[in-house]
Amino acid sequence: MSAIEILGLSRTYSVGFWRKRSKCALRPLHLTVEEGEIFGFLGPNGAGKTTTLKLLMGLVFPTSGSARIMGMDMNDPRVKAQIGFLPEQPYFYDYLTAHELLEYYGQLSGMSAADCRGKVEPALRRVGLRDVRGLQLRKFSKGMLQRVGIAQATLHDPKIVFLDEPMSGLDPIGRREVRDLIQQLKNDGKTVFFSTHILSDAEALCDRVAIINLGELKGVGAVTQLTAGMQAKVEVIWRGASVPPSIRSLAQESYVSGDTARAIVKPENQERVLEALRRDGLQLISLNPVRATLEDYFLQQLKPVAELPAEVMA
Amino acid sequence: MNRIRCIAANTFREAVRDRVLYNLIAFALLLTGGAILVGQISIDIEKLVVINLGLTAVSLFGVVIAIFVGIGLVSKEIEKRTLYTVLSRPVRRWEFILGKFLGLAGTLVVNTLFMAVGVFLALLYVAHKLQTPDGWILVAVYFIILQFLMITALALLFSSFSSPLMSAVFAFSLFIIGSFSEDLRGFAAMATGITRWLASGVAYIVPNLSALNVVGLVAHGEPVARNLILFNSAYAFFYAAMALCGAVLVFERRNLK
Repeated sequence: MSAIEILGLSRTYSVGFWRKRSKCALRPLHLTVEEGEIFGFLGPNGAGKTTTLKLLMGLVFPTSGSARIMGMDMNDPRVKAQIGFLPEQPYFYDYLTAHELLEYYGQLSGMSAADCRGKVEPALRRVGLRDVRGLQLRKFSKGMLQRVGIAQATLHDPKIVFLDEPMSGLDPIGRREVRDLIQQLKNDGKTVFFSTHILSDAEALCDRVAIINLGELKGVGAVTQLTAGMQAKVEVIWRGASVPPSIRSLAQESYVSGDTARAIVKPENQERVLEALRRDGLQLISLNPVRATLEDYFLQQLKPVAELPAEVMA
Repeated sequence: MNRIRCIAANTFREAVRDRVLYNLIAFALLLTGGAILVGQISIDIEKLVVINLGLTAVSLFGVVIAIFVGIGLVSKEIEKRTLYTVLSRPVRRWEFILGKFLGLAGTLVVNTLFMAVGVFLALLYVAHKLQTPDGWILVAVYFIILQFLMITALALLFSSFSSPLMSAVFAFSLFIIGSFSEDLRGFAAMATGITRWLASGVAYIVPNLSALNVVGLVAHGEPVARNLILFNSAYAFFYAAMALCGAVLVFERRNLK
């Protein structure tokens, strides 16, 4: 059984005050997420990631389509007991302490008072907030709020955890901590569905990713699978304070840093670049094949069709 | 039921921690000042003035809380997105609305009971003793609480589809019109044609708050008829329930953008 099956969910909004016109936030989306995997839902701002999550949480009603979560219809009340959700840039009741907030959410999730007492402390310890459990949330930093958010989403031991931009706005240490927490959820056997536009996090964490843009699904699969079809590149590094015009015309990208210059070229241009270096008497430092990254794939998928090279369009 | 109780308890806790009950200090100062002043300048009407002043203040303080806290009950949760983490749990939307209503209603009841104690203390100060007819003040307080239930339900109804500012305008307008609803019904009875129909319609839609105002009666030590207590209770609970049903109907269909 799949953890999540999205069956043509779509959402269109009416915008404008006098003259209403419809704006499609999500075109019919078909997606399957397997149990136990970390699934990254990637896209630029306004792509439809949050809309998808809101549809799955029942916060927004779909224009068409449906979804099944753990084999049940997403509107089935039993589904909610099996999922945890962290919204984007979460804001919690700031007059409560972290301990009170988790108790409140625990009880709303159907946990008994005794069960709450037993689970709140470990949940706070897991996200590193046990020492500040008596502090009101209005005194928490953004990173601490994000950790409280993850604690509330996982407190009731859900089978699937939905996280909307969990690393957004965090410093590198905070991002690392959230990444570790997500990895821990997978180790605990949970399915994690998270949206992000931070590609390095997705590349490091996800078993599979989906890329969405302008409400439309652009690609789904494991990162290696998605980037396998991408054209290989070669990185050439030499000693020099500038990039000669003959090399710049062959390079896809070129940089100079101090007395070292670097160019990214297609494999078929490699020999011509090396020849240019020899001709100009420049010292070659290294020549390395470059693996296509998720970022390369992402940017390629987001390019307007007119900008794509012929082989991609084919 | 447990979820409704949790949401109600959290709403009560929010009101307490946001210092809503600090209005009791202002009320105590007003009543103490009023009682001292009345004790010095009034002759034989000290009780009348203290009961009128005290119960009117109870009503006004409570209405302000009911409207200004009530209009934010849903809209604030949407604006701050705290609702997202609540509704992504096994909480039904009607449970959320009912819990919010009961939480604010509980806050108002506690607040009103403290104020009622203040009114009796002020009465004791000016009259030196309490008499049996003073017990009717409790009925007036009960009617004021019924008014709060209706106004809170209306504020919640407006809050479920409108902005806080517009909700405040709607709720406050209904409070003002409702306070003169007996006059409106009198006008409707005298009018003819379409005016009569319109005035009657408005008179029956707005909350009949004037029927729940027995302050003048109890200030003179007169009893309140048992039938009136029963009828007003049934009317207020029915009206509040209808307004809550409206709020639920609107909120059940609302997309939380």
